[in-house]
Amino acid sequence: MSRYVLPLIAVVALILFLVVGLKRGDPRALPSPFIGKPAPQFELPTLSDPDVTIASKDLNGDFALVNVWATWCVGCRSEHPFLMQLARDKSIPIYGINWRDTRPEALRWIAQLGDPYVASGFDETGRVGIDWGVYGAPETFLLNADGIVVHKHLGPLGREAWDRDFVPLINAGSAAQ
Amino acid sequence: MRRFLILAVAAFSFGPVAAIDSGQAFDDPVLQARYETLISEVRCLKCQNQSIKDSNVFLASDLRREIRRLITEGKTDAEIVDFLVTRYGEFALYRPRTTGKTLILWIAPFLLVLLGGFAMFRVVRHRMSMPLDDDTAIAAKEGSPE
Repeated sequence: MSRYVLPLIAVVALILFLVVGLKRGDPRALPSPFIGKPAPQFELPTLSDPDVTIASKDLNGDFALVNVWATWCVGCRSEHPFLMQLARDKSIPIYGINWRDTRPEALRWIAQLGDPYVASGFDETGRVGIDWGVYGAPETFLLNADGIVVHKHLGPLGREAWDRDFVPLINAGSAAQ
Repeated sequence: MRRFLILAVAAFSFGPVAAIDSGQAFDDPVLQARYETLISEVRCLKCQNQSIKDSNVFLASDLRREIRRLITEGKTDAEIVDFLVTRYGEFALYRPRTTGKTLILWIAPFLLVLLGGFAMFRVVRHRMSMPLDDDTAIAAKEGSPE
């Protein structure tokens, strides 16, 4: 009987690995090394006015979203209505990083679809995107009042992910203060 | 047919040639060699089974540009790798560093070989200790003619 124990353990272990592998979801979703760390410093000209800049310190003081978007990004278009809704509900200040885009196209997007952002930084060369470890728009970072990254969402943000991942963190953070 | 062949060859040779900024990045051959090694060891996060050397998505070209900039600024390879890992995590490296969390990646193959060797040793020893009953049984039944 005991001769079956070892193979059985091996098979169960293998099955466990396979199940975990399957349940892990999108294999391209990488854990951000910034979670629990201060958000990367940046300073960018704003999308609306090249002479005005937006910098890391402007984000501090409250929970904030940093949303990386671009007009060439299909997922950004699909999440845009939800960002508009967050902005209407005044749920949280949303800052944009307009990544690897052109100013006329980005401004047209804002004019047509609405502007959910307090401000958008214009990252034409992608330098700031790299500092933030961005590898595919849309990406959304949740920053707490101290400017620490507490969550990163990959892909279009929607109600489900918002309620599941963001709201508890914001509530916990607000309660702690 | 011949025209078709020429077309086909032209179509398929176009891709790799036009793929990326494949020209010399540095006049100094030492720097160029470092650059080539670095970019072939960094995973393109957007196209995960390619290195940034082989990929032409703009993220890869941005990362190549950053690496060129860091080399120009006189950063060491270790500093450049650190730059990438703090932003994209260990996953960005095709040759993970032998530290902490990635240690298992380096040890696991040897552990598995050891484990397999041990299992084989056990099986073989078990078999060796078994009587050669088939041969002897047959021999006995046939009344050992020789």
